[in-house]
Amino acid sequence: MSVMLSASGLFRRFGGVQAVSDMGLEVETGSITGLIGPNGAGKSTLFNLLSGVIRPQAGKVLYKGQDVTRLAPYKRARLGMIRTFQLSREFGRLTVLENLMLSPQQQLGEQLFPLFAKSEAVAQSDDVVYERALEVMYIAALTPLRDKYAADLSGGQKKLLELARTLMIDCDLILLDEPGAGVNPALMGTLIDMIRRLNTDYGKTFLIVEHDMDLIGKLCDPVVVMTEGSYLSSGPFDQIREDPRVIEAYLGGVFLD
Amino acid sequence: MSAYLVSMATYAGFFIILALALNLQWGLTGMVNFGIAGFYALGAYTSGLLSAKAGWPLGMSIPMAIAAGFAAGGLVALLSMRLREDFLAIVTLGVGEVIRLVVLNEDQITEGPRGLRIEAQPFQSLIAPENYPVFYLGFVAFFVAITYWICERIRKAPMGRTLRAIREDDVVAGVLGKNVFRHRIQIFAIGGGFMGLAGALYAHYSQNISPEVFMPTVAMFIWMSVIVGGAGNNRGLLIGAGTVIMFLEGTRFFGDVLPWLDAETMSSVRIITIGLLLIVTLRLRPRGLLPEPKFTYTKDKIAG
Repeated sequence: MSVMLSASGLFRRFGGVQAVSDMGLEVETGSITGLIGPNGAGKSTLFNLLSGVIRPQAGKVLYKGQDVTRLAPYKRARLGMIRTFQLSREFGRLTVLENLMLSPQQQLGEQLFPLFAKSEAVAQSDDVVYERALEVMYIAALTPLRDKYAADLSGGQKKLLELARTLMIDCDLILLDEPGAGVNPALMGTLIDMIRRLNTDYGKTFLIVEHDMDLIGKLCDPVVVMTEGSYLSSGPFDQIREDPRVIEAYLGGVFLD
Repeated sequence: MSAYLVSMATYAGFFIILALALNLQWGLTGMVNFGIAGFYALGAYTSGLLSAKAGWPLGMSIPMAIAAGFAAGGLVALLSMRLREDFLAIVTLGVGEVIRLVVLNEDQITEGPRGLRIEAQPFQSLIAPENYPVFYLGFVAFFVAITYWICERIRKAPMGRTLRAIREDDVVAGVLGKNVFRHRIQIFAIGGGFMGLAGALYAHYSQNISPEVFMPTVAMFIWMSVIVGGAGNNRGLLIGAGTVIMFLEGTRFFGDVLPWLDAETMSSVRIITIGLLLIVTLRLRPRGLLPEPKFTYTKDKIAG
């Protein structure tokens, strides 16, 4: 199996806090890789480094073999690497449908010149986007909510919308920051199904940060554990939960049972 | 009296162009601009000086005013885009004041506080003087229509969708692959260009421009037009700008109704009335008289 994303020797300090220190990990193509660790382990910082929202002080991020360490987030997105946020961040005063239609990259109608010179082509390409949005909405079970403002959705629906947004984009790697946070148990099943389907049917690779061990156990293989800003161990979930170092990192292992 | 109405409507035209430009920058894209008066002055003085001092024809000086506003808008955006929203507000306010103060003090070029006299008016020789004000109103209305059309086209297109997304959350827009930086600079420049156009139209209308016209209060009136009309809704702006002009001008006649007020008290009362208008609107219609419409898409037609 080839490696889609690999990071090595990442360092990031905020004032006196060394949030990430000599951290590295690999995400294999086609996998759903989990990233776990106790609170304050630096998972979110690592995510920000991988997606380019902040820059590392040292280290390298390779995406499909290409060095993207210093690339702006929107350029990474155009290479096919998309992320979501821990607290779902949707475009509140855009409808569900618009949130989806917005997502495809480099649309013709976003550029000034074609907008006025080739209005016919703009309308056509927007029709294609519209059709695709309808499809995605159906897959994500969001169709009944199509004309609702995203701000008015429930927490779980917002998570679904965020995930659906990534489906609108021709991306290969999706970084999910706590997809299960704030999702009620009823929607959790839908969410897990959808991630699995995106992986098997659409061939998307995932890296998931999550506290919900149930979700990690159901979806992720392998699982990477980090603590105090650096790599601790990795492997299949069943093996990880037996690892004494991991159990120790998690307050005597209570959390993992 | 009808001459007075024509002049009021002409002024409303300048206001509407400025308000449309602000709506593009703030209502749609979420970029604060308190320097409207500066861009307005830049357009007025660019076209005014080129025609009065360099003898350029209006067919060239007015496009130059648009270009100057466009370039200034792009430059301000480029220099301040890394700043947060509230700092952008201060920067634009500063830029607006800098432009006004340069105009005021570079008086060997701009005539400073004495004011710049501009003879040239569009199609001056073709129109009889008694019809000229009505003609000029039509001339301004023509540019209002073009500006409105361009703004609506942007708002309804996929570009408008992306701009509203940037307004809602610029980090997420970036992570989704949108070039937030380029979009912002582009929109700030286009808005600046429209403000420059409004300035040029004003300059050749009043034929006498001086720095005190371009005080930051102009920016406040335009902000009020957008807030009262409804941010994000270009049709609302027509109403908003009309309402603000009506209050600005209509309150002049308070003197007839309330004869015991002296001139100085009167001018304070006018400003108070306008402030009240804003407060009442914000209490009763926080999103303006015509709020931003929800976009619903159907197969063949995109409405909004």
